[in-house]
Amino acid sequence: MTYSVVKGSGYVLVNTPDMILHNGTTQTTEKTINPNSDYLKELPKHIRSFEEVVNYPPNQTYIGNLTPEELKEYKKPWYDKKFEGADKVGKFGEIMHQNEFIGLMKIVDTFDLVKLEKNFTEDVKEKLSAHHFMKEDLISRLKSGDEIESIKKSVEEQGAEGLYNNGELVGCVKRAHDIDINLSAHILFENLVVKASGVLAALNLIEKNNINPEDIEYIIECSEEACGDMNQRGGGNFAKSIGEMAGFVNATGSDTRGFCAAPTHAMIEAAALVEAGIFKNVVVVAGGSTAKLGMNGKDHIKKGLPILEDVVGGFALLIGENDGVNPVLRTDLVGRHTVGTGSSPQAVIGSLVTEPLDKGNLKITDIDRYSVEMQNPDITKPAGAGDVPKSNYKMIGALGVMRKELERTQLNDFIEKHGMEGWAPTQGHIPSGVPYVGFAREDILNGKIKNTMIVGKGSLFLGRMTNLFDGVSIVIEKNPGKIDEEKGVSEEEIRSFVAEAMRDFASHLLKE
Amino acid sequence: MENQNRVKEAAEKYGAENVVVLIGGAEAEAAGLAAETVTAGDPTFAGPLAGVQLGLRVYHVVEPEFKNEVDPDVYDEQIGMMEMVLDVDEIIEEVKDIRDEYCKFND
Repeated sequence: MTYSVVKGSGYVLVNTPDMILHNGTTQTTEKTINPNSDYLKELPKHIRSFEEVVNYPPNQTYIGNLTPEELKEYKKPWYDKKFEGADKVGKFGEIMHQNEFIGLMKIVDTFDLVKLEKNFTEDVKEKLSAHHFMKEDLISRLKSGDEIESIKKSVEEQGAEGLYNNGELVGCVKRAHDIDINLSAHILFENLVVKASGVLAALNLIEKNNINPEDIEYIIECSEEACGDMNQRGGGNFAKSIGEMAGFVNATGSDTRGFCAAPTHAMIEAAALVEAGIFKNVVVVAGGSTAKLGMNGKDHIKKGLPILEDVVGGFALLIGENDGVNPVLRTDLVGRHTVGTGSSPQAVIGSLVTEPLDKGNLKITDIDRYSVEMQNPDITKPAGAGDVPKSNYKMIGALGVMRKELERTQLNDFIEKHGMEGWAPTQGHIPSGVPYVGFAREDILNGKIKNTMIVGKGSLFLGRMTNLFDGVSIVIEKNPGKIDEEKGVSEEEIRSFVAEAMRDFASHLLKE
Repeated sequence: MENQNRVKEAAEKYGAENVVVLIGGAEAEAAGLAAETVTAGDPTFAGPLAGVQLGLRVYHVVEPEFKNEVDPDVYDEQIGMMEMVLDVDEIIEEVKDIRDEYCKFND
């Protein structure tokens, strides 16, 4: 049995300025309790343009145009910095404009729930036709559009959720049932956003890595939404619905949930399925969340910053059979926070970082790069949540000091050498461990690093079912190049060859 | 918000003089905010403690007043690592300032 490998990745961001105001929960809550608040009046002045979003160094890092090392060169804060040479198309994916994305929501809608205005539809059709890889069979699903009057009526009288672009109503998501709250327009809107951004990530994975979509055999979707009706709220299956749009005709799939830790759970599951020989190619995919748009907006505005949570994120990874080249997923070096682990920070970090290292007789300093919760500090620091990756690196380093694997005075060096700046948007599962997998694959292939540990953590208390914390981790390392040990000659076989030769020799001697 | 409710209920049930609030915020600013909430009232005026001056005794777990009360082995096991990670002096200063200003009980 040999390890599975990371064959490719796709990373996407969608700039959704109108959805900040209409669908971000900080803003919708404010509209309910304090509709005339200064915050809501001030907010439109703090929205960034698409160009500003594209030029923003952390966003360029997310799609692969700027490496984590290059991002480090930019002095913080980053919101007033610009990456010269920024492009909406990146090495790993793309940053999509809101109008194209609204079109994509219509494209991935299989129940005629999304209505788009006629002229807007024509405009989007033109834009998507100019997109660098969007195929005609998907674009044609936009159809011809609807009259604005019928859309207005749906929003005003029939509980539909409006779709806005530049402050203008351009379409809506209709409810799918009169009384079932799980099929309300609000839920369907969020689910179609997660599906559309997941599809975009999956399409980029295929496009950027020259993958045949027919080779995919299984899909694990790991976002934070739930789809189903009133009889099975989280029935699923986002995975298969994304696979349908991405052309994974030979795949089935399922949804894995675990808050922010879900992507790392999903990677481990994918690695296990491939390693066990059940499926050859497994895609791990997730779309993003509109609810979290502008989540820390009040703090950002109070401090005179733009609204920095203005993108929906998505990613897709392909875990496949060992090809002797791509980095391997060390399923024997997996960490997990168990029910009995406890919640103190050192118990948490110990279970996720040092326990798997102990299994491989490794020290904390033997891992070249740790990928933790890679939240962009530009977003979290003004909101009083500090620099999340840095705090994680400090904790890992401090544990190293307690284990006497490094001196206390070496803590800052450790963070500098084994850590990275965070670049991912605060979209829950999106920043958690996985943002570095694309770079890790390259860095390992180029020999820049030999290994990395991907750590995913999740706050389960938010669901009110348990107060337990959660997390899992896995080590990815350089492929030693041996593909199939079973085909080689085993030690036992060599022994029997030697024994046979000795017997021959002995009998030969006796004859003489 | 729910935590504010729980603190308020505990103060009502057991009496403010019998309640000590322990906080574990990782940032001085956030710790100060939590301390202010249970003494002078919710400064953001968003939760149940808005305008409610409970004046409770409040300590951060890295403060000596708490640390000295705890078995050193247990403290080391549970908090030792975080003590190395957090800006302890800044947190203590922030929380102590709030306590000196708003706590109603002088020990």
